[in-house]
Amino acid sequence: MGDILEVEGLSFRYPEAPRNAVSGFDLAIPEGEIVVLAGPSGCGKSTLLRTVNGLIPHMYGGEYSGDVRVAGSSVKDSNMRDLAQSVGFLFQNPENQIFMFSVERDVAFGLENLGVPRSDMRARVDEALRLLKIGDLAQRAPHELSDGQKQRVALAGVLAMRPKLVILDEPTSLLDPKTASELVALVARLRRELGTTFVVVEHRLDLLVEVADRLVVMDGGKKVLEGTPRDVLFGEEAEAHGVAVPAITRVQKMLAGKVGVSADRLLAPSELAAAVEGRGA
Amino acid sequence: MIEFMDVTFVHQNGVRALDGVSLRVEAGEVVALVGENGAGKTTLVKHVTGLLKPASGSVLVDGVDTRKASTAQLSRKVGVAFQNPDHQLFSETVEEEMSFALRNFGYSPELVQNRVSWGLELFGLEEYRKSSPLVLSGGEKKRLTLACILAWDPQMVILDEPTVGQDSIQKEKLAGTIQMLMSTGKTIVVVSHDIEFLWPMQPRVVVMKGGKVVGDGPARELMQDRELLDSARVAQPQLVEFYQLLERRPRAPFVHPLDAGRWVEEGIRP
Repeated sequence: MGDILEVEGLSFRYPEAPRNAVSGFDLAIPEGEIVVLAGPSGCGKSTLLRTVNGLIPHMYGGEYSGDVRVAGSSVKDSNMRDLAQSVGFLFQNPENQIFMFSVERDVAFGLENLGVPRSDMRARVDEALRLLKIGDLAQRAPHELSDGQKQRVALAGVLAMRPKLVILDEPTSLLDPKTASELVALVARLRRELGTTFVVVEHRLDLLVEVADRLVVMDGGKKVLEGTPRDVLFGEEAEAHGVAVPAITRVQKMLAGKVGVSADRLLAPSELAAAVEGRGA
Repeated sequence: MIEFMDVTFVHQNGVRALDGVSLRVEAGEVVALVGENGAGKTTLVKHVTGLLKPASGSVLVDGVDTRKASTAQLSRKVGVAFQNPDHQLFSETVEEEMSFALRNFGYSPELVQNRVSWGLELFGLEEYRKSSPLVLSGGEKKRLTLACILAWDPQMVILDEPTVGQDSIQKEKLAGTIQMLMSTGKTIVVVSHDIEFLWPMQPRVVVMKGGKVVGDGPARELMQDRELLDSARVAQPQLVEFYQLLERRPRAPFVHPLDAGRWVEEGIRP
């Protein structure tokens, strides 16, 4: 499979800003990967995302150079309408993108705007509700739902557009840990069933490292680290770039090569305990 | 001291958000309030500054009944940094935002300037002094609301989800700030889903579920109660899970990853 997202030599500076928000950035993401984008606050992550969904350069002024391509088409030469179909965006707070009176209407909102024929729309809404297992909520009012349910509704609205690439902006930050791990499992399942590519911006890595193929770390507008979560988190530089190395990974790192603990892949707490006790894993 | 006595609160849509909550937070205590989304944590916090008044029961802040005091009076004692910073930022510049409450409380211009500079430096916001709060990132806005509150030096501080949008460097700084507040004897309540952030502070942990308090105790004990945590949909800290799975354990669960690593190395090797 080819690369769904290609970023080449991208630099961007907001009007009157003293420096580039993104500087000489390169990235190629193959279709179907789950990629985590991390880095300290203000490192340029949000700006990078805006260049992928087209808000930059279409809605923001500023100095833009380099190229961003989604499924082979250059973002700067595409219109926002086409981009809305190939790139889905889930905001941190689902309340920012849920506003209709029923869940079903909300999920259909993007399709209605595109003028998708009614019969096709019905099928796509039903499919999205089914994928997220929220068919029973179809007639409910979104404001009555729990935060986890609202997030699913917002994500259903995104998936109904059948995007190839979905961007999730700190999707777990407002969720309790159990709801957050359910969301992460959902992302892994959607990748498996639909082959959708996910780019997830996240500070909390403990949940995501288990499903992510790649971890990209930005700092000062540049890409500073890229690799499998294991390679990046085991490296010496991750913490210096504001990456939260999970507590259990820090223990594993300390014990790697000793007391039967391997460094080949990241271990969950149960796996690390089993390794220490010589019970395999 | 904050005391909730059999507090019940019902939202307009009929949802019972608090259902007979009794809780006493002593002066100088550090309390972590945890529980799933919708458990009633934020509703409870809103009762402390009188933003919400109990339908039945009462809330006392330093002995003052919140129904008999204004929010302004209560705010002098308790600073609350809400979950969504957009709800409490409204000034033209970051500097004015920080000065607002200080001027209202009648501090001298010189003292206001000193406190503003202190807060901006502490939270790494100095470069935004003359900027609009609206240009800050989500994480920076959260730090600004914290800076605003700490600047007026309230005796009690409530932080609702303070780590949202903060990278690990900022989280460490925040933990350091909370340690500093602890050492000055402030009463601190932290509402958070971020168990990994809370664990090293070893707070008293209060677990809420369905508008009720279902667990209350030292982190060291409560975080080992898997049944309680599962029922309230609260995650266990990774180090506690690891500790409980080890067959040979030290007397107390690990607080820091380095403790766990050292103990395992020393304890397991002959």
